Amino acid sequence: MSVQLPVSHTMESTLESVNKAEEMADKLAAQAGFDEDARGGISMAVREAMINAVMHGNGYSPEKRVKLSFEQAGSNLVITIRDEGAGLNPDEVPNPLAPENLMKQSGRGIFLMRAFMDDVKFRKLEPGTEITLTKRVPGQ
Amino acid sequence: MSMKASTRQVDGITIVDLSGRITLGEGSVVLRDTIKDLLGKGHKKILLNLGDVSYIDSSGIGELVSAFTSVQRQGGELKLLNLTKKVHDLLQITKLYTVFDVKDDEASAVAAFAH
Repeated sequence: MSVQLPVSHTMESTLESVNKAEEMADKLAAQAGFDEDARGGISMAVREAMINAVMHGNGYSPEKRVKLSFEQAGSNLVITIRDEGAGLNPDEVPNPLAPENLMKQSGRGIFLMRAFMDDVKFRKLEPGTEITLTKRVPGQ
Repeated sequence: MSMKASTRQVDGITIVDLSGRITLGEGSVVLRDTIKDLLGKGHKKILLNLGDVSYIDSSGIGELVSAFTSVQRQGGELKLLNLTKKVHDLLQITKLYTVFDVKDDEASAVAAFAH
Protein backbone atom coordinates (compact mmCIF):
# COMPACT_ATOMS: atom_id res chain seq x y z
CA MET A 1 0.00 0.00 0.00
CA SER A 2 1.44 3.38 -0.94
CA VAL A 3 1.89 6.15 1.61
CA GLN A 4 0.57 9.61 0.80
CA LEU A 5 3.24 12.30 1.22
CA PRO A 6 3.87 14.45 3.17
CA VAL A 7 4.03 12.19 6.19
CA SER A 8 5.37 12.99 9.63
CA HIS A 9 6.20 10.86 12.68
CA THR A 10 7.10 11.80 16.24
CA MET A 11 9.38 9.12 17.62
CA GLU A 12 11.02 8.15 20.89
CA SER A 13 14.77 8.51 21.28
CA THR A 14 15.51 4.82 20.89
CA LEU A 15 17.44 2.49 18.65
CA GLU A 16 14.12 1.00 17.59
CA SER A 17 13.15 4.41 16.14
CA VAL A 18 16.40 4.45 14.15
CA ASN A 19 15.58 1.05 12.65
CA LYS A 20 11.96 2.02 11.94
CA ALA A 21 13.02 5.27 10.24
CA GLU A 22 15.47 3.39 8.05
CA GLU A 23 12.74 0.95 6.97
CA MET A 24 10.32 3.82 6.27
CA ALA A 25 12.94 5.62 4.19
CA ASP A 26 13.57 2.53 2.09
CA LYS A 27 9.87 2.00 1.49
CA LEU A 28 9.13 5.63 0.62
CA ALA A 29 12.18 5.90 -1.62
CA ALA A 30 11.00 2.82 -3.52
CA GLN A 31 7.57 4.37 -3.82
CA ALA A 32 9.13 7.59 -5.18
CA GLY A 33 10.88 5.58 -7.91
CA PHE A 34 14.47 5.30 -6.70
CA ASP A 35 16.42 2.20 -7.71
CA GLU A 36 17.90 -0.24 -5.19
CA ASP A 37 21.29 1.50 -4.99
CA ALA A 38 19.79 4.94 -4.40
CA ARG A 39 17.34 3.52 -1.87
CA GLY A 40 20.22 1.97 0.04
CA GLY A 41 21.94 5.34 0.14
CA ILE A 42 18.82 7.24 1.18
CA SER A 43 17.96 4.78 3.95
CA MET A 44 21.54 4.89 5.19
CA ALA A 45 21.53 8.71 5.24
CA VAL A 46 18.27 8.63 7.22
CA ARG A 47 19.71 6.01 9.59
CA GLU A 48 22.78 8.18 10.21
CA ALA A 49 20.69 11.33 10.74
CA MET A 50 18.45 9.41 13.16
CA ILE A 51 21.47 8.06 15.07
CA ASN A 52 22.68 11.62 15.28
CA ALA A 53 19.34 12.80 16.64
CA VAL A 54 18.62 9.91 19.01
CA MET A 55 22.12 9.39 20.39
CA HIS A 56 24.15 12.59 20.01
CA GLY A 57 21.21 15.02 20.09
CA ASN A 58 18.67 13.61 22.53
CA GLY A 59 21.10 11.30 24.35
CA TYR A 60 18.46 8.51 24.36
CA SER A 61 16.40 10.67 26.73
CA PRO A 62 12.89 9.27 27.34
CA GLU A 63 11.72 12.90 27.69
CA LYS A 64 12.89 13.95 24.24
CA ARG A 65 11.43 13.14 20.85
CA VAL A 66 12.63 13.02 17.27
CA LYS A 67 10.38 14.32 14.51
CA LEU A 68 10.83 12.66 11.14
CA SER A 69 9.05 13.84 8.02
CA PHE A 70 9.06 12.90 4.36
CA GLU A 71 7.74 15.07 1.56
CA GLN A 72 8.04 15.39 -2.16
CA ALA A 73 8.92 18.99 -3.03
CA GLY A 74 8.95 19.51 -6.77
CA SER A 75 11.33 16.94 -8.17
CA ASN A 76 12.95 16.19 -4.81
CA LEU A 77 12.34 13.77 -1.98
CA VAL A 78 12.94 15.85 1.15
CA ILE A 79 13.44 14.18 4.52
CA THR A 80 13.64 16.19 7.73
CA ILE A 81 14.88 14.95 11.11
CA ARG A 82 14.54 17.18 14.16
CA ASP A 83 15.86 16.48 17.63
CA GLU A 84 15.56 18.34 20.94
CA GLY A 85 19.23 18.16 21.92
CA ALA A 86 21.87 20.74 22.68
CA GLY A 87 22.49 21.52 19.01
CA LEU A 88 25.12 20.46 16.53
CA ASN A 89 27.57 22.51 14.54
CA PRO A 90 28.54 20.36 11.54
CA ASP A 91 31.55 22.60 10.88
CA GLU A 92 33.06 21.42 14.16
CA VAL A 93 32.97 17.77 13.11
CA PRO A 94 36.45 16.79 11.89
CA ASN A 95 36.85 15.51 8.32
CA PRO A 96 36.78 11.69 8.66
CA LEU A 97 38.85 11.30 5.48
CA ALA A 98 41.81 13.30 6.85
CA PRO A 99 44.75 10.95 7.51
CA GLU A 100 44.78 11.78 11.22
CA ASN A 101 41.07 10.87 11.52
CA LEU A 102 40.94 7.83 9.25
CA MET A 103 41.32 5.32 12.08
CA LYS A 104 38.96 7.03 14.50
CA GLN A 105 36.07 4.93 15.66
CA SER A 106 33.39 7.58 15.16
CA GLY A 107 32.67 10.73 13.18
CA ARG A 108 31.55 9.33 9.79
CA GLY A 109 27.77 9.85 10.05
CA ILE A 110 27.54 13.32 8.50
CA PHE A 111 30.04 12.35 5.82
CA LEU A 112 27.87 9.37 4.85
CA MET A 113 24.73 11.54 4.71
CA ARG A 114 26.52 13.90 2.34
CA ALA A 115 27.90 11.02 0.28
CA PHE A 116 24.48 9.55 -0.44
CA MET A 117 22.22 12.62 -0.71
CA ASP A 118 22.23 15.52 -3.18
CA ASP A 119 21.97 18.06 -0.39
CA VAL A 120 22.28 18.00 3.41
CA LYS A 121 21.41 21.05 5.49
CA PHE A 122 21.67 21.68 9.21
CA ARG A 123 19.61 24.24 11.07
CA LYS A 124 19.88 25.14 14.72
CA LEU A 125 16.62 25.02 16.64
CA GLU A 126 15.82 26.27 20.12
CA PRO A 127 16.53 23.65 21.34
CA GLY A 128 17.86 21.04 18.95
CA THR A 129 19.01 20.47 15.42
CA GLU A 130 17.13 19.99 12.17
CA ILE A 131 18.76 17.99 9.41
CA THR A 132 17.22 18.20 5.94
CA LEU A 133 18.20 15.51 3.46
CA THR A 134 17.33 16.06 -0.20
CA LYS A 135 17.53 13.67 -3.14
CA ARG A 136 16.35 14.35 -6.66
CA VAL A 137 13.74 11.85 -7.80
CA PRO A 138 14.89 10.00 -10.94
CA GLY A 139 13.30 11.05 -14.22
CA GLN A 140 11.91 14.32 -12.87
CA MET B 1 18.12 -9.33 11.02
CA SER B 2 20.49 -9.49 13.99
CA MET B 3 24.15 -10.31 13.58
CA LYS B 4 25.68 -13.69 14.23
CA ALA B 5 29.32 -14.62 14.58
CA SER B 6 30.88 -18.07 14.61
CA THR B 7 34.56 -18.88 14.72
CA ARG B 8 36.67 -21.71 13.31
CA GLN B 9 40.39 -22.42 13.08
CA VAL B 10 42.22 -23.02 9.81
CA ASP B 11 46.02 -23.46 9.85
CA GLY B 12 46.41 -21.39 13.00
CA ILE B 13 44.18 -18.59 11.72
CA THR B 14 40.87 -17.76 13.39
CA ILE B 15 38.17 -17.24 10.82
CA VAL B 16 35.12 -15.37 12.07
CA ASP B 17 32.07 -15.96 9.90
CA LEU B 18 29.77 -12.98 10.37
CA SER B 19 26.22 -12.72 9.08
CA GLY B 20 23.55 -10.06 9.29
CA ARG B 21 24.00 -6.36 9.92
CA ILE B 22 26.87 -4.65 11.73
CA THR B 23 25.02 -1.61 13.00
CA LEU B 24 24.67 0.54 16.10
CA GLY B 25 23.48 -1.69 18.92
CA GLU B 26 23.57 -5.44 18.83
CA GLY B 27 25.60 -5.95 15.65
CA SER B 28 28.46 -3.74 16.74
CA VAL B 29 28.44 -5.27 20.23
CA VAL B 30 28.63 -8.83 18.86
CA LEU B 31 31.68 -7.92 16.78
CA ARG B 32 33.35 -6.06 19.67
CA ASP B 33 32.78 -8.96 22.10
CA THR B 34 33.98 -11.55 19.59
CA ILE B 35 37.26 -9.72 18.98
CA LYS B 36 37.76 -9.09 22.70
CA ASP B 37 37.15 -12.75 23.46
CA LEU B 38 39.57 -13.94 20.74
CA LEU B 39 42.32 -11.57 21.85
CA GLY B 40 41.75 -12.65 25.46
CA LYS B 41 42.37 -16.24 24.41
CA GLY B 42 45.53 -15.27 22.54
CA HIS B 43 44.08 -15.62 19.04
CA LYS B 44 45.72 -12.73 17.23
CA LYS B 45 45.50 -13.79 13.57
CA ILE B 46 41.94 -13.06 12.63
CA LEU B 47 40.16 -13.25 9.31
CA LEU B 48 36.72 -11.62 9.32
CA ASN B 49 34.49 -13.25 6.73
CA LEU B 50 31.94 -10.58 5.76
CA GLY B 51 30.38 -12.58 2.91
CA ASP B 52 26.99 -12.73 4.64
CA VAL B 53 27.08 -9.22 6.09
CA SER B 54 24.33 -7.41 4.26
CA TYR B 55 24.77 -3.95 5.76
CA ILE B 56 27.14 -1.84 7.82
CA ASP B 57 26.43 1.64 9.20
CA SER B 58 28.87 4.25 10.57
CA SER B 59 28.89 2.49 13.94
CA GLY B 60 29.75 -0.81 12.25
CA ILE B 61 32.55 0.86 10.28
CA GLY B 62 33.85 2.25 13.57
CA GLU B 63 33.72 -1.22 15.10
CA LEU B 64 35.74 -2.68 12.19
CA VAL B 65 38.34 0.07 12.63
CA SER B 66 38.43 -0.57 16.35
CA ALA B 67 38.85 -4.34 15.79
CA PHE B 68 41.71 -3.66 13.38
CA THR B 69 43.56 -1.36 15.75
CA SER B 70 42.94 -3.60 18.82
CA VAL B 71 44.41 -6.62 17.03
CA GLN B 72 47.35 -4.60 15.71
CA ARG B 73 48.10 -3.18 19.16
CA GLN B 74 48.48 -6.72 20.45
CA GLY B 75 50.91 -7.58 17.67
CA GLY B 76 48.35 -9.51 15.64
CA GLU B 77 46.88 -9.26 12.16
CA LEU B 78 43.29 -8.74 11.05
CA LYS B 79 42.15 -9.19 7.46
CA LEU B 80 38.76 -8.94 5.78
CA LEU B 81 37.30 -11.58 3.46
CA ASN B 82 34.46 -11.67 0.91
CA LEU B 83 33.09 -8.13 0.98
CA THR B 84 29.68 -7.64 -0.59
CA LYS B 85 29.43 -4.83 -3.12
CA LYS B 86 27.67 -2.58 -0.58
CA VAL B 87 30.35 -3.05 2.06
CA HIS B 88 33.12 -2.74 -0.51
CA ASP B 89 31.67 0.58 -1.75
CA LEU B 90 31.30 1.85 1.81
CA LEU B 91 34.94 1.12 2.62
CA GLN B 92 35.95 2.79 -0.65
CA ILE B 93 34.13 6.06 0.03
CA THR B 94 35.39 6.20 3.61
CA LYS B 95 38.94 5.60 2.32
CA LEU B 96 39.31 2.54 4.52
CA TYR B 97 39.55 0.01 1.71
CA THR B 98 43.29 0.47 1.43
CA VAL B 99 43.77 0.50 5.20
CA PHE B 100 42.28 -2.98 5.62
CA ASP B 101 43.88 -5.98 3.99
CA VAL B 102 40.93 -7.21 1.93
CA LYS B 103 40.85 -10.71 0.39
CA ASP B 104 38.32 -12.52 -1.74
CA ASP B 105 39.53 -16.10 -1.43
CA GLU B 106 39.71 -17.90 1.88
CA ALA B 107 42.66 -20.18 1.14
CA SER B 108 44.88 -17.36 -0.14
CA ALA B 109 43.73 -15.12 2.71
CA VAL B 110 44.82 -17.75 5.26
CA ALA B 111 48.13 -18.17 3.43
CA ALA B 112 48.70 -14.41 3.46
CA PHE B 113 49.04 -14.29 7.26
CA ALA B 114 52.56 -14.32 8.66
CA HIS B 115 53.22 -17.92 9.78
